[in-house]
Amino acid sequence: MGMTMTQKILAAHAGLDEVKPGQLIMADLDLVLGNDVTTPVAINEFHKAGFDSIFSKDKITMVMDHFTPNKDIKAAAQCKQCRDFAREYGVKNYFDVGDMGIEHALLPEKGLVAPGDCVIGADSHTCTYGALGAFSTGVGSTDMCAGMAKGKDWFRVPSAIKFNITGKLPKYSAAKDVILHIIGMIGVDGALYKSMEFSGEGLKNLTMEDRLCMANMAIEAGAKNGIFAVDEVTLDYIKDKVTKEYKIFEADPDAEYDEVYDIDLSTIKPTVAFPHLPENAKTFDQIGDVKIDQVVIGSCTNGRIEDIRAAAEILKGRHIADGVRCIIIPATQKVYLTAMKEGLLEIFINAGCAVSTPTCGPCLGGHMGILAKGERAVATTNRNFVGRMGHPESEVYLASPYVAAASAVTGKISQPSELE
Amino acid sequence: MKAHGTAHKYGDNVDTDVIIPARYLNTADMQELAKHCMEDIDTEFASRVKKGDIMVAKANFGCGSSREHAPASIKASGIACVIAKSFARIFYRNSINIGLPIIECDEAAERIEAGDEVEIDFDTGVINNVTKGETYQGQSFPEFLINIINKNGLLNSLK
Repeated sequence: MGMTMTQKILAAHAGLDEVKPGQLIMADLDLVLGNDVTTPVAINEFHKAGFDSIFSKDKITMVMDHFTPNKDIKAAAQCKQCRDFAREYGVKNYFDVGDMGIEHALLPEKGLVAPGDCVIGADSHTCTYGALGAFSTGVGSTDMCAGMAKGKDWFRVPSAIKFNITGKLPKYSAAKDVILHIIGMIGVDGALYKSMEFSGEGLKNLTMEDRLCMANMAIEAGAKNGIFAVDEVTLDYIKDKVTKEYKIFEADPDAEYDEVYDIDLSTIKPTVAFPHLPENAKTFDQIGDVKIDQVVIGSCTNGRIEDIRAAAEILKGRHIADGVRCIIIPATQKVYLTAMKEGLLEIFINAGCAVSTPTCGPCLGGHMGILAKGERAVATTNRNFVGRMGHPESEVYLASPYVAAASAVTGKISQPSELE
Repeated sequence: MKAHGTAHKYGDNVDTDVIIPARYLNTADMQELAKHCMEDIDTEFASRVKKGDIMVAKANFGCGSSREHAPASIKASGIACVIAKSFARIFYRNSINIGLPIIECDEAAERIEAGDEVEIDFDTGVINNVTKGETYQGQSFPEFLINIINKNGLLNSLK
């Protein structure tokens, strides 16, 4: 029986010729990731278990991005614990305030993930790197600890759902709309324990940043990983970033899928996921007047330069509505610098927006834009659970940078065409 | 190994942000986190829960973030086992890795109500609802995972 792309990567990393869905394997890891929230728990477990060395100085990465720049004394202590550990054990890819970015925007930019890699990260959105044709999945801190110490971890081999992509996105429709549409269609547990594999002739019309956005939200459908077939777009993206050796894996022609969906990009409309689940996806014919208090543009889903440019395209020469706060967070220092050089920060400031240094901040209700009781936000982030951005009675509406920026201008959930 | 306690009941898609809100994750002290466990959907859970109690929910329990603080704060609150129709996969592996017993069982997830007295036999997967006088058969773990659980978590099994 043929294997999916994910199954082939897992088999290769487990030293097996073949794996089958449901099989439990131990696999070698190419990269182990943690952040300032999950790494302290992993370090505590590392010491409790009595480990005294790490498996590799190059293949462990720690990114201080969640509550940074340190929001309070406890957060500062957590970062210090990570920093001290990284120094003591010689973790090379440790990123702190000043050179850090949001982890899932930073690692691809730094060339730390290559096609065919097997990656775990103690952060659920680690599935983002599937955009590069890697197997990459979110795990917990104990897994991170095991990975740091031994360079391997256990996996249950997933079956897969295939998404056959065709066509090209219309103007003002974005990758975010595609993935919200898919999650709306299959539900928040529609891909539970499974891979979401994206392929088809329409892939050539999706940029690497589009793919990173889509793979990022595979977890919001319950998936173990999201993965894109490797093509010219992938190779072009990694050519000046990845220096390590890598291997490209392709799904076998006779690979079996639990389900196959055809996604015609030309039919995708601007989409908003209503509270309190990402599956509550609505297009604008189903959306009435929803007044908002805040807009957040950023995160590991939509904080890359193309997202920031999309927001600037809408906000250029306009001003945000009275009573709305708009917070724009470039996801990495490189994105920030590029936005500055292109004059985008000036556009935002003139439009009445706040622009922040990279941080996960408000996405998880950490800091830098917390909502009060009863407030509503349109955010380009990935989760709209109860209390996600602040008070348990606040609301988060998930959308693309185009929709978020247009909503900031009108003060209600809006699509760019309403501004024309 | 057995568990015996009172059931605390929840619905579908209980996410890790309500199990333990991120605003408290500036500490890794699980006893401290247990004080805030479930508070965004059940403000009285932390004061009501007793050591050995059982948590019961419907589909996709523990969806969302990878935070191990979620199963760890449930464990630290005194919960002896979580029963659900299905678990989100990161929550599932985190629970196994830290030694929090979890069982998938459709019937138990439907039938058990808040306040029911429940007994669980982990060796057989049999769930006994003492209050209702009913028994349900939960799914047992594959041998590979039983090995991790019996060694009291992933790190011990790797040594």
